[in-house]
Amino acid sequence: MTAEKVITCKDLTKKFGDFYAVNRISFDVARGEIFGFLGANGAGKTTAMRILCGLSYPSSGEATVAGFNVYKQQESIKKNIGYMSQKFSLYEDLSILENITFFGGVYGVSRKEIKTRSQDLLERLGLQQQAKKMVGELPLGWKQKLAFSVAIFHRPKIVFLDEPTGGVDPVTRRQFWDMIYGAAASGITIFVTTHYMDEAEYCNRISIMVDGRVEALDTPANLKKQFSAADMNEVFYQLARGARRSGE
Amino acid sequence: MQQLFVFIRKEFYHVFRDRRTLLVMFGLPAVQILLFGFAMTSEMKNARMVISDNARDVQSQQLINKIKASSYFTISEAVTDYRDVERAFKKDEVKCALIFPAGFGNDLLNGGRAQVQIITDGSDPNTAKTIINYLTAIITEYRQQQFPAAALPYKITPEIRMLYNEEGNGSLNFIPGVMALILMLVCTALTSVSIVKEKEMGTMEVLLVSPFKPVLVLISKAVPYLVLSFINFTLIVLLSVFALHVEIKGSIFLLFLESTLFIITCLSLGLLISNTTSSQQTALLICMMGLMMPTMVFTGFMFPLENMPWPFRVISNILPSRWYYIIIKAVMLKGLGFKYIWKETLVLAGMTLVLLTIALKKFKIRLQ
Amino acid sequence: MSPLPFILQKEFRQIFRDKTILAMMFALPIIQLIILPLAMNFDVNSVNIAVVDHDHSAYSRQLIAKVLSSGYFNITGSEPSYPRALEHIEKGEADIIMEIPTGFERNLVREGAQKIALSVDAINGTKAFIGSGYLNAIIKDFDENLPLNVTATAAGVGNIDIAYSNWYNPRAESKYYLVPGILVLLLTLIAGFITALNIVKEKETGTIEQINVTPIKKWEFIAGKLIPFWIIGMVVFTLGVLVCRFVYGILPQGSVALLYLFAAVYLVALLGFGLLISTFCDNQIQAMFVAFFFMMIFMLMSGLFTSVESMPPWARTISNLAPITHFIKVVRMIILKGSGMADTSSELAYICGFAVVLNAWAIWNYRKTS
Repeated sequence: MTAEKVITCKDLTKKFGDFYAVNRISFDVARGEIFGFLGANGAGKTTAMRILCGLSYPSSGEATVAGFNVYKQQESIKKNIGYMSQKFSLYEDLSILENITFFGGVYGVSRKEIKTRSQDLLERLGLQQQAKKMVGELPLGWKQKLAFSVAIFHRPKIVFLDEPTGGVDPVTRRQFWDMIYGAAASGITIFVTTHYMDEAEYCNRISIMVDGRVEALDTPANLKKQFSAADMNEVFYQLARGARRSGE
Repeated sequence: MQQLFVFIRKEFYHVFRDRRTLLVMFGLPAVQILLFGFAMTSEMKNARMVISDNARDVQSQQLINKIKASSYFTISEAVTDYRDVERAFKKDEVKCALIFPAGFGNDLLNGGRAQVQIITDGSDPNTAKTIINYLTAIITEYRQQQFPAAALPYKITPEIRMLYNEEGNGSLNFIPGVMALILMLVCTALTSVSIVKEKEMGTMEVLLVSPFKPVLVLISKAVPYLVLSFINFTLIVLLSVFALHVEIKGSIFLLFLESTLFIITCLSLGLLISNTTSSQQTALLICMMGLMMPTMVFTGFMFPLENMPWPFRVISNILPSRWYYIIIKAVMLKGLGFKYIWKETLVLAGMTLVLLTIALKKFKIRLQ
Repeated sequence: MSPLPFILQKEFRQIFRDKTILAMMFALPIIQLIILPLAMNFDVNSVNIAVVDHDHSAYSRQLIAKVLSSGYFNITGSEPSYPRALEHIEKGEADIIMEIPTGFERNLVREGAQKIALSVDAINGTKAFIGSGYLNAIIKDFDENLPLNVTATAAGVGNIDIAYSNWYNPRAESKYYLVPGILVLLLTLIAGFITALNIVKEKETGTIEQINVTPIKKWEFIAGKLIPFWIIGMVVFTLGVLVCRFVYGILPQGSVALLYLFAAVYLVALLGFGLLISTFCDNQIQAMFVAFFFMMIFMLMSGLFTSVESMPPWARTISNLAPITHFIKVVRMIILKGSGMADTSSELAYICGFAVVLNAWAIWNYRKTS
């Protein structure tokens, strides 16, 4: 039995003038997978992800997300995904509860459901006492965890996470990944980009982008074997060594 | 000193990299000075008038033609019914009406005395007064032309000479005022976001860690904008001279020197605002919402300052642009030298010092 | 269930949480409305004049006395020569110089004609022009009332008596003309700036991306921004009307309901304008400069202080392309003349047109996907 493919892309390309940010990438992501989308800064990860989220039009190639076409059916895609960006996720000048209510409502969750689910969420995170606190006052780690919870609040099919653990301490990172496992277990597909190579080990499959191309696509174990590497860092180093674009 | 240049260079990069903002910063004031220089005038022209000629004789026609010939009035329509006159006013289609009774010409020629009625829209009392003056003058002229015998045997004629504005360019009043207004608002706004933006973006820490004296940091923030504003000012002056045909009667050197001083004053004000607000939005709103109208009113180019009750004259004294306006009029349009504007220059210099000192103090507090 | 209620809830929460901006939105315009018109006075009641009397005759002294007694003029000095009097102007002390030539009285009687030189500081604009107008009238009056002329005039020939009627502003107070216009301008500043800045801020901080990735439709996002600011705008307008009434005693001759109708439509147009600006700008500084550009045009070319008709035709076109010009016109018409729906319908159509075009353009411009 083949698992349902929730993300497919074939020869997906995005160019800006002569610059190919994303150069004919092809891969699939199966339902319930934790898919790691790796690469150095500037390799094209964020650009590719933005296309899949319906934030950017591809220059050429095909892609579907949750069965919907990225050219013509962006609004349908958006109804079925969650997103946590690097730069921002929650409104700093609104309280935790207010943020949850907003995003829940925007994705069509009924007020009654919002109430129940938010209680649940707050309990799980241990934030019941701080429900009315401004998000801006939370420490970074808590913000990230909260942002993730909000991203999956409406039970999307897929959740896109762009460098979700940036700047966070190792303990919190571990906790964060626990939450990711929990979400995957409940059937949500996780599409996560990161440049922490050790996090690559947590994924079912990963792909590594170099200079706009996908240079590796397999499970972490297979890749380590393929490159005779002790860990993912090694794998990445071998691939990225010859890269021309290696970020700032 | 070396360090200062490093800082200044960094600030320059910031400013000059943002092409769009740069375009907007230069382009807009330039366009504005052209617009306002050509469009604004204190003269009255083309006032729309409705005429109700119930006489329809040679004399009324002569007078009407005379009015048509002047550039002050535009005849919008000729009606017969009084209600049409009312309607025209209510619809704001005309500012005045001239009504000839039936038999106007006859009364004038045979009876020696005729009547007309002038109705003005009093909404704007000033315009109404001016309309009355001009219209009365035209009627008087008509009378003198048609009936030379009625002229005064002993005639005193006032001869009016326009000083500093020989061509009677109606826009000349506004150009220095608009220049002062634009410079003040733009320069203040530029620096008003400089410091608070860093705070918002979170790059203030960089400044905190640096070994530079706070006063140097402030100066380095202002310098690129000083250069920009100076170029802007030059552009505005060039446009005024070549497109608006304004003659610089006085010393160009003095003009630029004083303007640089004024620019620095405004930049200092902006720095002060930047140090006392917590968000870019607030700083910008203060500059735009808070400064725009008061600057226009209290600089003195739109409304005479002497008419204002004394509390307002005090407020106006605090406004740098009010002093600069005097300077620019004196140097650019009247061709006067430094000895006439030393007082104003001193005031501007004093203001700059005060503003910078307070800004510096606040900046130090903020760093802590 | 539509996201719109949730969006509105969020917007209102954010607006009311930022106390500083909130205070500025209401306090700045109202305070300015109360204070500024008091300072704005077009009336010229004190023109400074320097006199040079070369004649020192009975006539010249009488003329000078007449000028003084008119109450409009303030004589800053009596100088023996023109250059000395000129210094008064250079120092900014005088606006006009009146120079009476030598032998004025004698030559007038002998030759029947004399000239008086009026030198006007033409840069002092309004004051000088109006001042010279008064002076003109005073001299003419003096001339006509000279005993010489009174006895000799061929009366009863070609006299035209003019009956003057001044409609709509019986006490000729500029406040009726200025204050409503200023209210409109302040409202425009607030509504236009705030909307533009607000949205650009979202662009700058990146929160707009979070919106773009949700199923929120374009029109829902825009409505979510327009509605709260529209409500705030109407509140500011109401406060402004109250200030007009209670601080300035301005009672509209026409229908207040009509006034509100126009305000409502105008605000939609204005907010659409702010929105449009925000779609073109990447950061708050740009937005501010663009908004500033337009606000200056609105302030100086809308007929608020200088008349639109006096402008060259191209400038009039520009002025008429600005929604504010029409709203100011209408506000004055309703308050001063009691103009009704029929009289203002064409202006209403204009403003509606602006509202539709600006908002449509903004919505079209706003792209969730780049």
